[in-house]
Amino acid sequence: MEKFDCIVVGAGPSGNAAAYTLAKAGLSVLQIERGEYPGSKNVQGAILYSDALERIIPEFRDEAPLERHIIEQRMWVLDDDSYIGTHYRSDAFNQKPYNRYTILRAQFDKWFSEKVAQQGVLVICETTVTDLIMDGKRVVGVRTDREQGEVFADIVILADGVNSLLAKKAGFHPELNPGDVALAVKEILFLPQESVESRFNVNEGEGVVIEMIGKITQGMMGTGFLYTNQESITIGVGCMLSDFKKERIPPYLLLERMKNHPAIKPLIQGGEMKEYTAHLIPEGGLRAMPQICGDGWMIVGDSGMFVNAVHREGSNLAMTTGRLAAETVIDLKRAGKDFTSANLASYRSRLDDSFVMKDLAKYRDMPGVFHANPQFFTTYPELLNNAARTMLTVDGGDKKSKEREILRSFTRSRTLPGLLSDAYKMWRALR
Amino acid sequence: MLHIVVCIKQVPDSAQIRVHPVTNTIMRQGVPAIINPYDLYALEEALRIKDKFGAYVTVITMGPPQAENALRKALSFGADDAILVTDRAFAGADTLATSFALASAIGQIEKNMPVDLVFCGKQTIDGDTAQVGPGIAKRLELELLTYISSIESVNAAKREIVVQRRSEGGVQVLKTRLPSLITMLEGSNEMRFATMPNMIRAAKTKVSRWDRVAAGIEDVSNIGLKGSPTVVSKVFAPSPKTVKAEMVQTESNDPQDLAASLLMRMFTKFPQVREEIARSAN
Amino acid sequence: MSEEARKPAGRKKFELDPKLSEYRGIWVFVEHERGVVHGVSWELMGEGRKLADKLGVELSAVVMGSPADDPRKFCREAFVYGADKCYLIEDALLKNYRNQPFTKGLTDLVNAYKPEILLLGATTLGRDLAGSVATTLKTGLTADCTELNIDAEIRSLLATRPTFGGSLLCTIQTLNYRPQMATVRPRVMAMPQRDESRSGAIIEATLSLLETDIVTKVLDFIPDENSNKVNLAYADIIVSGGKGLKKQENFQLVRDLARVLGAEVGATRPVVQSGWVEAERQVGQTGKTVRPKLYIAAGISGAIQHRVGMDSSDVIVAINSDPNAPIFDFATYGIVGNAMTILPALTEAFRKELHGRKAVVA
Ligand SMILES: Cc1cc2nc3c(=O)[nH]c(=O)nc-3n(C[C@H](O)[C@H](O)[C@H](O)COP(=O)(O)OP(=O)(O)OC[C@H]3O[C@@H](n4cnc5c(N)ncnc54)[C@H](O)[C@@H]3O)c2cc1C
Ligand SMILES: Cc1cc2nc3c(=O)[nH]c(=O)nc-3n(C[C@H](O)[C@H](O)[C@H](O)COP(=O)(O)OP(=O)(O)OC[C@H]3O[C@@H](n4cnc5c(N)ncnc54)[C@H](O)[C@@H]3O)c2cc1C
Ligand SMILES: Nc1ncnc2c1ncn2[C@@H]1O[C@H](COP(=O)(O)O)[C@@H](O)[C@H]1O
Repeated sequence: MEKFDCIVVGAGPSGNAAAYTLAKAGLSVLQIERGEYPGSKNVQGAILYSDALERIIPEFRDEAPLERHIIEQRMWVLDDDSYIGTHYRSDAFNQKPYNRYTILRAQFDKWFSEKVAQQGVLVICETTVTDLIMDGKRVVGVRTDREQGEVFADIVILADGVNSLLAKKAGFHPELNPGDVALAVKEILFLPQESVESRFNVNEGEGVVIEMIGKITQGMMGTGFLYTNQESITIGVGCMLSDFKKERIPPYLLLERMKNHPAIKPLIQGGEMKEYTAHLIPEGGLRAMPQICGDGWMIVGDSGMFVNAVHREGSNLAMTTGRLAAETVIDLKRAGKDFTSANLASYRSRLDDSFVMKDLAKYRDMPGVFHANPQFFTTYPELLNNAARTMLTVDGGDKKSKEREILRSFTRSRTLPGLLSDAYKMWRALR
Repeated sequence: MLHIVVCIKQVPDSAQIRVHPVTNTIMRQGVPAIINPYDLYALEEALRIKDKFGAYVTVITMGPPQAENALRKALSFGADDAILVTDRAFAGADTLATSFALASAIGQIEKNMPVDLVFCGKQTIDGDTAQVGPGIAKRLELELLTYISSIESVNAAKREIVVQRRSEGGVQVLKTRLPSLITMLEGSNEMRFATMPNMIRAAKTKVSRWDRVAAGIEDVSNIGLKGSPTVVSKVFAPSPKTVKAEMVQTESNDPQDLAASLLMRMFTKFPQVREEIARSAN
Repeated sequence: MSEEARKPAGRKKFELDPKLSEYRGIWVFVEHERGVVHGVSWELMGEGRKLADKLGVELSAVVMGSPADDPRKFCREAFVYGADKCYLIEDALLKNYRNQPFTKGLTDLVNAYKPEILLLGATTLGRDLAGSVATTLKTGLTADCTELNIDAEIRSLLATRPTFGGSLLCTIQTLNYRPQMATVRPRVMAMPQRDESRSGAIIEATLSLLETDIVTKVLDFIPDENSNKVNLAYADIIVSGGKGLKKQENFQLVRDLARVLGAEVGATRPVVQSGWVEAERQVGQTGKTVRPKLYIAAGISGAIQHRVGMDSSDVIVAINSDPNAPIFDFATYGIVGNAMTILPALTEAFRKELHGRKAVVA
């Protein structure tokens, strides 16, 4: 019977980060992925934040399949046929080492997995872990869907993504609450490199991100996004699963409408669809976080709800949690200590010291606020856009009256106390 | 113990291929690579012989470095050894040059352990020629058995094999000697699922990489572009005729009316179809 | 065939090795089994005639068989279909097809009489033989062609064939090697007209081989039970069904119509893969090529891989619920509607039509 120091379930960013770190320290690691190859099942709008990966593979910039580094970030608030927004572009983002890149997950994950295999991890694909093998309360291995499919290890790291069936089955994890997960749909549209660069006013290798909020989600809590890749554009929209359920709007239709928004359409015109995918994002934040370790097991990445929904950060939290979990294991192993729940608690303290928990703590109230107040996705975008139109339309009216009209429109829609309370809610949530 | 060599090829999933409009080359980027589906029948048959009579199964492929994935997969199904024949000098090979290189590599394998059977797929889904198998057989002077639908018996002691071969109008039962080369027909078996221990063993096994010299080839004139008599002079997308169908519609669009309208129009314009129906319906 | 498209040939002035210019004429290998010549051989004879006329050379048939097959009969047929000459090897060893004696006989003939082009059907026999012969002769072979042409200036065969699952076509040349070999799919080329007045010379050769030299023995031959039933490639009327029929039970509607018409039943690959019908009935790139007088397609989208197998049918009738289905781009008649109701209506209409005629005749 094969026994390993560690089994990692899943070959997404979190699993790869954990497996890589463990094997580099000389531990024997078996990694099991259900997809045909790493990346085959992974969907991501795909911004890679350099820092998290750099701490694991410092030389990644020379090898990884990266699309464009981001030099400009736009934030748009959309009404039905207009938007108001900010653009921030800085030449500082054009200085090496770059801070953020667009990537295509299918290619990136494949590369990452090759690096993992080179470290000596035994990577096994097309194999689904169906159960955790328990010895009393302790996890001692996993059962897979293959014949003679039981394998054992001192510790099992669950990096199996948002819908962690394993954790649920083992009772470590409650059923996902539809109010804690977003459903995101995304398309990759193929466009010639020249078109991408001229439409977004960038040079070779440079890229743009557009974050969107407003009427595109039809009152549901969610955001839209658009990223430029080398020869394609990623466009997508995500809303809370509970909202989709309530509103009965098919997600693909939402994306289709968004693509036809007059501000977006010209940017993607003529793009040939390469793939369409839908995926869940755990957005419940700190309040929805499950237990993250126990006797013989740990949870990393999406399956532990480690996502910062406000800043749309996920893969960096995934990699960081994966690395910190691995470092916990390595230290315990070196100290000759057992992987008991008590000893693994140092994983939690490492997380607390990192940006991961600090950020999640900062935004712990955010999801609730947005969710309970749909006006952030309907009324405000409309008001802001109307305000801009009123001010910018030159029609013989004087500016002072226009200002008054705008103010009136705000108080008419939200009343003064309403406006104040919204501002207070936002301030509390962001604090 | 029998020694079986199985030739497999890694191919792009042909459903997803596109042509570059300017360079006329095949754009493989992003197209997933799979083991040529026909080769899986060959591999499974070899593994069944191994299960029944005991055999050592070596898989071999000629291709780029990433073809190692195909070999690893073959190992996970239960093959014992895997060899990747890879060298820039092989690039641009047609079937003649490919069979030369593979035959030569199998010749090298034979030096360590005599080969009793070579298995190939019926054909590949990218090349689609069905010629590499016969080519290898001729060069190695193996008995050639193409389109084999089943293996009835293998007698290692008498060095004999009895197989069923599909021919146009039926099935031939053939008896021949070992060593021979078999190209396996599709549908003859179904690939097994790899067991977990085999998956782990495959992940651990080091796949040997042979360059041209290791494959026993000194003279480059028989391999790659140079060794290929055929030249692809044009690659293009089919441009089918675009005469739209004459649409049959009626006021009611009721099935009976539509059928009657179709018959009337068709028999008026194509009386020969009416004749044909009258003839064949009798 | 090599996979990378290379520089178009002929941009630089091509010169044929003088040693190879003694290779002249076009040969077609005549394949027969149990007394019947495979139709593809005559289709090739028709095509070979055109190529020979372009090159200004003779067209020859190659016939190999045992005296029991009466192979001379096939030589005479070959003339009727357009051959000028016929090479014949008659030997009892050639009774059943086996690779070794056929390869030996054909390579010896080529070495002795040096044709510049050698064509065979892309059948199981043709592919088995062509691969062996080409390797023995160390020449180029283009397999499974769908179109042949000649670059007369450099006397080069332009062999076009599908590649990458039919999503692409490529044209392949064998420049400085002879003979230029190709196998061609059955039913892609048209059957030529018979000309009973034609005849020609038969050149006989011997097979220098003894039964004891031949390692492989034929122990038995099991003819296909339904061999005269499923003959899709040569059927004149075909009713085919696709995934649009939704369920295996509904496929019976296709069979019902076929029965009334005396037609063969065809299908798309997904239908075969779902096990609704036998694999022999698959039409298309990885199935059979057909060219019936009437092809009725029910619930078939008309994907390129299906289309290449059937779009030279004389009349195509398509029934599809989607008015934008690609099949309407090349069918002769289109009916937009539910196949489950249209098929029975058609069956009924044809039945009435046939009865009516019988009544008139009687
Ligand atoms: C549309 C969209 C856009 C996003 N955009 C960004 C972005 O721009 N930047 C960013 O940083 N983050 C983004 N995220 C979030 C990011 O994708 C995730 O946080 C990250 O992928 C989590 O990594 P992970 O390794 O935990 O999980 P995953 O990447 O989901 O990996 C889990 C792996 O485990 C495998 N697996 C699951 N169950 C089993 C089993 N039982 N047995 C074996 N294997 C199993 C799966 O096949 C999968 O490969 C986005 C997410 C979505 C959906
Ligand atoms: C390498 C390769 C080789 C292939 N080789 C072949 C081959 O040899 N032969 C082959 O056929 N395919 C082949 N294919 C598959 C081919 O690409 C198509 O997938 C296939 O032909 C589609 O079959 P279909 O039309 O039955 O099904 P679908 O594409 O699913 O189409 C069903 C059609 O039925 C219509 N429909 C639905 N409901 C109804 C109704 N109630 N009444 C009427 N119409 C209805 C739909 O509008 C649709 O157009 C190959 C593919 C690859 C990649
Ligand atoms: N590059 C290759 N490496 C190993 N085997 C091959 C290769 N090319 C072809 N083959 C084998 O030859 C068979 C026929 O291939 P083809 O002649 O290309 O249709 C395949 O099914 C394989 O078994």
